[in-house]
Amino acid sequence: MSEDCIRLEFDVDSENFASAGMASEAVKTKLKQLGINMQDVRRVAIAMYEGEINMVIHAKGGKATVDIFPHRVDMILADKGPGIADIDLAMKEGYSTAPDNIRALGFGAGMGLPNMKKNTDAMKIDSVQGIGTTIYMTVNLH
Amino acid sequence: MKVSRLAEILNAEIINLSEDREIETGYCGDFLSFAMSRLPSNSAWFTVMSNANVAAVAVLTEAAAIVVCENVRPDENLSARCKTEGLNLLIVAYPAYECAVKLSQALKNE
Ligand SMILES: Nc1ncnc2c1ncn2[C@@H]1O[C@H](COP(=O)(O)OP(=O)(O)O)[C@@H](O)[C@H]1O
Ligand SMILES: [Mg+2]
Repeated sequence: MSEDCIRLEFDVDSENFASAGMASEAVKTKLKQLGINMQDVRRVAIAMYEGEINMVIHAKGGKATVDIFPHRVDMILADKGPGIADIDLAMKEGYSTAPDNIRALGFGAGMGLPNMKKNTDAMKIDSVQGIGTTIYMTVNLH
Repeated sequence: MKVSRLAEILNAEIINLSEDREIETGYCGDFLSFAMSRLPSNSAWFTVMSNANVAAVAVLTEAAAIVVCENVRPDENLSARCKTEGLNLLIVAYPAYECAVKLSQALKNE
């Protein structure tokens, strides 16, 4: 980690649905304080929120690490959830395994992973069934 | 148009009005992933979703106001989170379409 990097770390817990999104809000607040342009802030917020929510609804929580560099933001979202069996399928718009009670809350549109892909400049998913999922994302800042 | 003016036009019940922000446009939708990626900043967000996760999306997208339609009662958690995060929250009887039409007319007449 270089000196001009700001690291933010979060435990994303899945107990309290009502507070989901707090890590994303904290990241957004920080980026705004740093004077990052709103379009880039928005892209980070979308990617981070979708990733955070996925850890809450699909993986019983996890850890988020966000590194803010002068010209990019790196996000690492790591969980010890069930893993993703078929990543290509999971990336398809509209594909979701979210149960009805989760859909009733407005989640489960199957747009999370596609939105993360769309709003980042690089994205990589490491997932092993029964072990967990780690998602690496980078957004370049303009 | 100010949030307070929209509240008048829609005969809204004001659950929280922290800062009387300027509304520039609107957005109708309930799936949070759609709202998260499409909701323009400074919009009035017309939805029937009433749980606390709506607040997170509204903060992240910088919505000017959450307007819960069709007299759906917001969850306690949503009202509480709106108050702590300074989000404007209204309840109206109209469906989202009628809200959007009224907002659009009012914005045109400004
Ligand atoms: N962290 C994760 N752990 C396990 N499964 C996941 C995770 N993230 C996504 N998935 C799987 O990928 C699917 C698609 O994810 P996404 O596009 O975000 O849609 P949604 O969350 O609306 O279901 C999910 O329904 C789930 O099956
Ligand atoms: Mg998702």
